[in-house]
Amino acid sequence: MNVKKETTSILIAGLIIGMIAILLVMLGNPLNMGFCIACFLRDISGALGLHRAAAVQYIRPEIIGLVLGSFLMAIKHKEFFPRGGSSPMMRFIIAFFVMIGCLMFLGCPFRMILRLAGGDGNALFGLMGFIAGILLGVFFLNRGYSLKRTYKLPTAEGAMFPAFMVMLLALLLLAPSFIFFTEAGGGPGANHAGILFSLLAGLGVGTLAQRTRLCMVGGIRDVMLFKEFKLLLGFVAVFAAALLCNVAFGLFKPGFSGQPVAHTDGLWNALGMLLCGFGCVLLGGCPLRQLVLSGEGNSDSAITVFGLMIGAAFAHNFGLASSGAGPTANGKIAVIIGLVIVAVIACANTFKKDN
Amino acid sequence: MKLLDARGLSCPEPVIMIRKAMMSKENQYEMVVDNPTSKENVMRYAEHQGYQVTIEEKSGEYTLHMKK
Repeated sequence: MNVKKETTSILIAGLIIGMIAILLVMLGNPLNMGFCIACFLRDISGALGLHRAAAVQYIRPEIIGLVLGSFLMAIKHKEFFPRGGSSPMMRFIIAFFVMIGCLMFLGCPFRMILRLAGGDGNALFGLMGFIAGILLGVFFLNRGYSLKRTYKLPTAEGAMFPAFMVMLLALLLLAPSFIFFTEAGGGPGANHAGILFSLLAGLGVGTLAQRTRLCMVGGIRDVMLFKEFKLLLGFVAVFAAALLCNVAFGLFKPGFSGQPVAHTDGLWNALGMLLCGFGCVLLGGCPLRQLVLSGEGNSDSAITVFGLMIGAAFAHNFGLASSGAGPTANGKIAVIIGLVIVAVIACANTFKKDN
Repeated sequence: MKLLDARGLSCPEPVIMIRKAMMSKENQYEMVVDNPTSKENVMRYAEHQGYQVTIEEKSGEYTLHMKK
């Protein structure tokens, strides 16, 4: 693909994704949360009973659609290559803490963009932390950080994660009594667009993200590393489309206090996203990108997604997740521990003799 | 000519590898990668550095020939 065509396609993809996100809000998703990979994985963990925070339990079809959209595109374009074995355990741990950081801020990098586009000034602190976190990650990348090579794996291995998504879809549709769904009016988990539309939205975003390699972390990272702006354009296009739609539909509410599913503690918004940005650079991509890669048969990314889901479960079981009222003391401690552990993992894979 | 093996490495590592290699400013490089994202990224980087890139694909592995 030539550079000009690449640029055009990621711009268009970003614009469509931004519009889909706002459409999802119009159809019932929580405000500034048309799409949020961290929140949606957290909701799925809750629906499966891995945590019991009654306000955030729902099997989000967007996630299922995203993975399956990527899976189908990968098959179609002969890019379905099952592989794995690049330090899975360390990826799991990093992902666990990426989720702790996201739930401190209340959103993944994707939702950070949507919050900015909704006028949520608190997300500016998140963005500052996020950029600082990416800078930290780039520091290690430039000094040889690597989680080592992946290896080819059997087709069945690559099919496991998409199959898990199909199983989640079955659980959503059959809604057996052991699956938890937030009761109407009981919190963000109860706010959602219809299943079919959410699923289609996920499929659309998964398809576009697979083709364009869209990544919220990659955008800023590649500019710092190589002065390469392609992925950042996608990031900007999502923001621009979401902002325009928010203004057009009267959803744009600039300010700091009273923002939907957000708190006003600037320092901890920044530190949460710092942990998230740092961890995501070490993982090679944001939570959205990890879902897309899992659809392409990448087991390391699938493990990463499970790390995110378990991180979310712990976050709610141990009272680490923030709420509209602000961060919790436990959450602050967890973010600090996370920063230390992620930094230790970064050092261990950068400064070593066998490099 | 320099030969580089970036199979199994995921982005941005192959691009960092080629960037480092290109500091020696040779006229020809060859790199093997095994995923389409790395292929695109390395190609883009090499083109920005003024190299002409041709690609060979064989069973999921891409060999990039970069020439000035």
